[in-house]
Amino acid sequence: MDFNAILSLLDATLRLTTPLLLACLAGLYSERSGVFDIGLEGKMLFAAFAAAAAAAIPVTVYGQWLAMENTTTLDYLTWPLRLVFGNLFFYVGSWFGPVWIGLCAGMIVSLLVALLQGTAAISLRGNQIIAGVAINSLAAGLTTFLGQSWFSQGGRTPALGPGGRFETVTLPFANEIGQVPIVGPIYRELLSGHYPLVYVAFLAVPVTAFVLYRTRFGLRLRAVGENPKAVDTAGISVNKLRYQAVIITGVLCGLAGAYFSIAQGSGFGNNMTAGRGYIALAALIFAKWRPVPAMFACLLFGFLEALQIRLQGVDLPLIGQVPVQFIQALPYVLTVVLLAGFIGKAVGPKAGGVPYTKER
Amino acid sequence: MSARRPIPKWADVTLLPALNLALALVVSGLVVAMIGENPFEAIQVILYGAFGYGDGVGYTLYYATNFIFTGLAVAIAAHAGLFNIGAEGQAYIAGLGAIIVALWLDQTHWLITVPLAIVGAAAFGGFWAFVPGYLQAKRGSHVVITTIMFNFIAAALMIFLLNRVFKPPGVPSLESRIIAEGGRVPQLRQFWSYFGYSPVNLSVFLAIAALILVYVLVWHTKLGYALRVMGQNPTAARYAGMSNSRLIMIVMSISGALAGMVAINQVLGVNNRLVEDFVAGYGFVGIAVALMGRNHPIGIALAALLFGVLYQGGNELQFVMPNVTKEMIVVIQALVILFTGAMEGLFRPSLERTFMLFSPERKVEAVARNTPSTES
Repeated sequence: MDFNAILSLLDATLRLTTPLLLACLAGLYSERSGVFDIGLEGKMLFAAFAAAAAAAIPVTVYGQWLAMENTTTLDYLTWPLRLVFGNLFFYVGSWFGPVWIGLCAGMIVSLLVALLQGTAAISLRGNQIIAGVAINSLAAGLTTFLGQSWFSQGGRTPALGPGGRFETVTLPFANEIGQVPIVGPIYRELLSGHYPLVYVAFLAVPVTAFVLYRTRFGLRLRAVGENPKAVDTAGISVNKLRYQAVIITGVLCGLAGAYFSIAQGSGFGNNMTAGRGYIALAALIFAKWRPVPAMFACLLFGFLEALQIRLQGVDLPLIGQVPVQFIQALPYVLTVVLLAGFIGKAVGPKAGGVPYTKER
Repeated sequence: MSARRPIPKWADVTLLPALNLALALVVSGLVVAMIGENPFEAIQVILYGAFGYGDGVGYTLYYATNFIFTGLAVAIAAHAGLFNIGAEGQAYIAGLGAIIVALWLDQTHWLITVPLAIVGAAAFGGFWAFVPGYLQAKRGSHVVITTIMFNFIAAALMIFLLNRVFKPPGVPSLESRIIAEGGRVPQLRQFWSYFGYSPVNLSVFLAIAALILVYVLVWHTKLGYALRVMGQNPTAARYAGMSNSRLIMIVMSISGALAGMVAINQVLGVNNRLVEDFVAGYGFVGIAVALMGRNHPIGIALAALLFGVLYQGGNELQFVMPNVTKEMIVVIQALVILFTGAMEGLFRPSLERTFMLFSPERKVEAVARNTPSTES
C-alpha cells in the first residue's frame, strides 16, 4: 500500500466515523444520566428519513402550506403543525438553503422521538430497554411505510435538488499547503474537504468532555447516573436532569441521522443506518462511557468499516481473500470480549436502566 | 395519600393488554388515515385476508408458529428476569443445525430427519444463547448487550458460511442446496386441501407442544420454580440455595433452543433450503408477543395468533391498498411493544384508581378520609 492509498483509507475512516461518533456521544449523555439507550439506531433512522424528506420538498411547498385553505378535517387537525413547521422550514429554506431544512427536520424529529422514549423511560418509569427496542422497530417500520406512501419510490425519498445536500468544506489554503510534501497531502486530502458535520462531530468531543467534567451540569449529570438519590437529596430534580440529557441525545442523533441522508448520501434509502446505532452503542461501552476514548473507539470501528470496504475482493499475500464478514463482526466481538472482562472491564453508570422513584 | 391496591389479576391479564392493543391500533389507524386511506376498511381487509379463505388461514397459522417459538423464547427468559433480545440471532444460527442435519439425512425419511433436525436446531440455537448466559453468569456482562451483539455476529457468521460452505456452485443468490423430500417437514396441505398453497406445516404442532412444555416447565417443575424465584428476587433465590449462575445458563439455553425452532418451520418447512436472513425479524416480533401475552403460554398463543393475523392480513392489504405497505405491521408491532412494554405506566395508575372505586375497602377509606384526624 502506498502513501496515497493509506491517505484515502484514513480519509474514508473519518467520513465513516462521523455518524458513529455523533451517535456515540448522543448515547453518552443519555447513559451517563442513567437512561440506557438502545434506541440510537431508531432515532438516527428517523432523522435520516426526516432530513431527506424535508430537504427534497421544494421550499415553495412550505410557503403554500401557510397559504393553504382548510377544507377537510385532516387539514384542520394538521393546521397548527403546518403553521409552525411551514414557517420554520420556509424561512430556513429561503434564507440558508434546503439542506438546512433537512438538518432542522432531522433534529426536530429525532428530538421528538427522544422525548417519547424519555417519557416512557423517565416519567412513566417503563423499561428503558424495551422503550429502545420499540423505538428501533417503530423507525424501521414507519420510515419505510411513510416513504413509500408519500413518495412511491419503494421507500426511498426523491433525489435531492441543488442545495439539498451538504457541500464539502475546503479548509483555508488547502491548495497552497497541499504542495508541501508529506504534510501537504495530509492537510489537503485528509483534513480538508469533508462535510461540515464531520468537523462538528470531532468538535463535539472536546465540548462534551468539557461539559461533562468541567461544568456544573456535567457534574450533576454524572452524579445522577451513579447515585440519583444523592442528587435528589441535594434538591436537584432527577427527572429534569435526565430529560435534559435525553434532549441532547435527541439532537445529536438528529445530526448523525441527517449525515447519512443529506451529506454522505443524497436521499434516504430503506434501513439506511444499517446497524450503525448498535456499533455506536458498542463503541460507547468500549470507551467505558467517556468522551475522548469514545472518539478513539469510533475511529477504530470507522477504520474497520473503511478497511472492510477496501478489502472487498482483494487478495492479500499469505492470507488470501479476507472474509469481509469477519471485519464486519469485529466491533461486536471486541465489545463482547471487553464486556466479559477479558481485556479490561467496562462497568456502566451504576444507576443505569433503573427508573428513579422519588420518595415521599 | 392512600396506598394503591394492585388491580385484580383478571384485569391485569386481559384488560390491560386489550387497552394497550387498542391504543396501538388507534395510533396505527391515525397513521393510515393520515396517508388518506380508510382504517376501518383496512381492518376488514386484514381480517378477510387472515381468516376469509383456506390459504389465508394457513398463512396466519404459519406466521403464528414462528411467533409462538420466539415469544416463548423471550417469555421464559423474562420469567427468570432476563431480557433475551437475541432470539433473532439464535434462530438464525439454529438454521445451521437444522440444515446440517437435513442435508445429511435428506435421502432417508422425514420421520428420521426432522426429529434430529429439531435436536440440531435446539443445540445450535441454545448454544448461541448459552454463551451470553455464561458471560452474564460468570463474567458479569449484561445479557441484553451481549445478545444484541450476538445478533450481528450471527448475521456475519451466517453470510460467511452461506457464501463459503453452503452455496452450491453456479447459484447466484446466497442459499444452500435444496433439501430433498426426506428432509422436509410435511405440509398440512398434504392432509387437508383446505389450506391451498399456504406453507403451514407440521411445525404448528411442534409449537403447540412447546407451549405445553413451557407451561409445565415454568409452573410445575422444580427448575421452573427456581427460575421464577430468581426472576422475582435473585437474592432470595441465592439464600434458598439455588445457584443463580447455573440457572441463568440453563434458562438462556432453553430460550435459545425455543427460538431455534423457528428454523424448523422456516428452513425445513417453508424454504426447503437455508437462505440469507430467513428469520426476517420474527425474533423481534417475539418480544411484542411475549409482552402482550404476559409471558404466559395461553397469552403467547393468542398474541402470536394476533400477529399472525396482522402479518398475513398485512400482506393482503398491500394488494388492496398499494399505499399501505406491509411495514405498517412493523409499526403496529412497535407500538404494541411501546405501549405494553415501555409505557405500561400509561394505563395502570388510572386503572388502579378505577378499580379502587369498586373495591370494598373504598368505603372504609372514604370514611377515613372524610373524618378529620386528630394528628394533623
